[in-house]
Amino acid sequence: MIEILKDRKKQVFQKGAETGDRGIVCEKASLAGSVSQRACVFCGSRVVLYPIADALHLVHGPVGCAAYTWDIRGSLSSGPELHRLSFSTDLREKEVIFGGEKKLYAALTELIKAYAPKAAFVYATCIIGLIGDDVQAVCKKVQAEQGIPVIPVHSEGFRGTKKDGYKAACEALFRLVVEGGGQPGFPLSINILGDFNLAGETWMIKEYYRQMGIKVVSCITGDGRVDEIRESSRAGLNVVQCSGSMTQLAKMMEETYGLPFKRVSYFGIEDTAEALYSVARHFDDLQVMRKTEELVRSEVNRIYPEVQHYRKALEGKKAAIYVGGSFKAFSLVKALRHLGIQTAIVGSQTGNPEDYEYLKEICDAGTIIVDDTNPLELSRFMMEKDVDLLIGGVKERPIAYKMGAAFCDHNHERKTALAGFEGMLNFCREVYASIMSPVWQFSPARQRRATMEQTFSEEITKAMFST
Amino acid sequence: MLLRHTPETITDRSALTINPAKTCQPVGAMYAALGIHNCLPHSHGSQGCCAYHRSALTRHYKDPIMATTSSFTEGASVFGGQANLVESINNIFTIYSPDIIAVNTTCLSEVIGDDLPQIINKARADGKIPPGKTVIHANTPSFKGSHVTGFANMTSAMVQYLSERSGKKIPQINIIPGYVEPSDMAEMKRISLEMGIKSVLFPDTSGVVNSPLDGKFHMYPKGGATMEAIKSAGDSTFTLALGRTASLPAAKLLDTKCKVPFECLDLPIGLSATDTFVDCLRKTAGVSVPESLMVERGQVVDVLTDMHQYFFGKKVALIGDPDHLVSLAQFLTDMDMEVLYVVTGTPAGPKFVRRIRELTGEKTIVKEGLGVDMFQFHQLIKNAKPDLLFGNTYVKHIARDEDIPLIRMGFPIYDRVGHQYFPITGYRGALRLLEKILEAILDRQDRDAPEESFELVM
Ligand code: SF4
Ligand code: SF4
Repeated sequence: MIEILKDRKKQVFQKGAETGDRGIVCEKASLAGSVSQRACVFCGSRVVLYPIADALHLVHGPVGCAAYTWDIRGSLSSGPELHRLSFSTDLREKEVIFGGEKKLYAALTELIKAYAPKAAFVYATCIIGLIGDDVQAVCKKVQAEQGIPVIPVHSEGFRGTKKDGYKAACEALFRLVVEGGGQPGFPLSINILGDFNLAGETWMIKEYYRQMGIKVVSCITGDGRVDEIRESSRAGLNVVQCSGSMTQLAKMMEETYGLPFKRVSYFGIEDTAEALYSVARHFDDLQVMRKTEELVRSEVNRIYPEVQHYRKALEGKKAAIYVGGSFKAFSLVKALRHLGIQTAIVGSQTGNPEDYEYLKEICDAGTIIVDDTNPLELSRFMMEKDVDLLIGGVKERPIAYKMGAAFCDHNHERKTALAGFEGMLNFCREVYASIMSPVWQFSPARQRRATMEQTFSEEITKAMFST
Repeated sequence: MLLRHTPETITDRSALTINPAKTCQPVGAMYAALGIHNCLPHSHGSQGCCAYHRSALTRHYKDPIMATTSSFTEGASVFGGQANLVESINNIFTIYSPDIIAVNTTCLSEVIGDDLPQIINKARADGKIPPGKTVIHANTPSFKGSHVTGFANMTSAMVQYLSERSGKKIPQINIIPGYVEPSDMAEMKRISLEMGIKSVLFPDTSGVVNSPLDGKFHMYPKGGATMEAIKSAGDSTFTLALGRTASLPAAKLLDTKCKVPFECLDLPIGLSATDTFVDCLRKTAGVSVPESLMVERGQVVDVLTDMHQYFFGKKVALIGDPDHLVSLAQFLTDMDMEVLYVVTGTPAGPKFVRRIRELTGEKTIVKEGLGVDMFQFHQLIKNAKPDLLFGNTYVKHIARDEDIPLIRMGFPIYDRVGHQYFPITGYRGALRLLEKILEAILDRQDRDAPEESFELVM
């Protein structure tokens, strides 16, 4: 059992254990042969660009990559729904041998004729990188013929992790930004970056800014529109959520247009309030500041009694967090604290050294911090820490249930809005409903826990955390 | 109203798939591999594919689905995946300790041209495969075939690597169940047991992807065909392959390799196909059909008769995997329903088309293989509206747009449960299908009935 842990020892850290001051090793490729929970570059690009609803999204490659990403993410649109269809060039053996450029050209031409999209994104998957199709050239040709931006996204899966996919997506987006660049700016205006309008979250955030008297020029990419993104360089500030996916774009816009950016999180009471205040402070406008204060006060007052009600029931419970981006993890730790829930295990797929340093800071002593974990390891830690709740993604849910732990989905696929003040309430409700569900009385794990002492051996913890 | 974009006029599309009616080979191979006891499926390619395949299976079965990946990077894509696979094999046996690793390729490792048998041999020579442990592989490039082909290929790999002929026949029958749910595999085992027949069923995912909640996380749940059982399949007296697309290749291979004669039948979905299945078991094992099964059969016929007036003339459209479609089309025809469309994205060939027409008549429109997708299915439906749809979860978009009831069947089903636990094969399965169909038809009738004909007894 200890064998498992040896290889990955440096990617695991326990706060307060005798580990000296070592940092966490991260940003490593997953071990070959591991049950990694990580996805690929294509996945990263696809999730970021997907919500642009009036663009065409064509996946160039064999059919699988497109099939698995068909309408799997609940990014809502207030208008067109073109993004929810799944278009694939569905490469066959013949094209793998002779190249797929012709097919790509034909597919693009057909689609643009049929749907008249505002722009087209062409995702190059692994095979394309390998057979060497000149996607760039095909896109250029179609763009010239059809008169809309046709943008290649270099998202060959093997080129890295999801993170590299975010980068590819930002580069693609920047091409749209540049098209409208250089026009005079709007006063008191922002772009919302890094929210993808899962379950309508972008709409909620937008509404806050409306109440604060701030114009939202574009949402990149939740409920996104090509023309709005084209205008985005005219905003006064980029407000970036989810550091992983969109900081790159914000940096590019800063360099090119001098457009400043702020990193925020809309998850949890503190972080949401801080996000709105920091935007208000940026504009240094009395009116805006007053309205922001009003907004935050009335929202917090509105939700607080209900949050307290849940806290009463949940105080003292323990949680494990395993999510894609580490930024999400920060907010979750804080939000759980509001509910009196202690974070016993926290990890991410793509955190960087600074992220983990920050996590170490905000977590309690004894918390286990992991990078790129696998189900076997995660389940052992969960057992050891005896957690009541796991927050994770689709592949983690059944693991939690089998072990008798409650679950809350914090991934692309969730259907409940968790952003903003209302989102905090939804989060509390979901956590409460799952942890307090009467189903657990039937779970052997809980029954065992109630009657038996902890069976997990101290030995493993020791082996794990001695240096 | 997601699909409001879909125009009624069907135009030729040459270069494009819109809303695929299939997925790729590795996911089927991974599912089949889970049907071996203590097996860890391994995806030889980049991480993304494996992550998608595991997500898809997890969503469908709502159970933890374990599989490892070779984690290709740019280097592997240029220099080949040998080093990654050898290292993977070593890590997997050390860390996760399965009895057997079932490797499937992905598009990427196929295009690079990795020679899997050679790499596996190298791993063995290097001492990376501990004594008593096994590594098998299947080639599953997705630019050919579909998830069904992947399932068939991995099932063949089991025969290729594991089945042996000792020269001494064992009185047992092989059942290759086809790409069906764990519940269906369990039902096939139950039927043969009921008939007093010893069977070797493989792959067998029952108990693996529908495992009970016992409060622990099991890397390897209890179910699955054991390696010894699959090995002994070479000594069985007979093989029953169910479903041409998913099961025939393995049955043929077993015949060639170990001289086990076989018969390939339709999947036992519906009354006629189950009759054929039971009859074939009876004949090959030389047993008689027990009373208990006859009671089950009689109950199906009973419901069919009781409710036959509601089936008459109802128009249906089906989309899914070829083996399911054949049997389902027959069942629906037996029930006096009119099969308008039968559509599959999996390449199934002219034999499939002929078989469907044989069962349902010349009027049925059959589409299969290249360039066939959900978009086209939707267009067909706009042209002649059926009363009932059969298909996977994705068809719900069409069902909503056109306001037609949908009966979920096939892969994937992300938005309902039950398929893991209740079979649609065998007589019990036929009963369940009947119930579902009746629910759909009668619910609709109730919904649309004017006050004066809103009936209590139907
Ligand atoms: S690359 Fe091939 S194997 Fe991987 S997801 Fe795409 S179609 Fe499937
Ligand atoms: S790793 Fe490559 S082939 Fe697999 S899903 Fe990602 S892009 Fe597609």
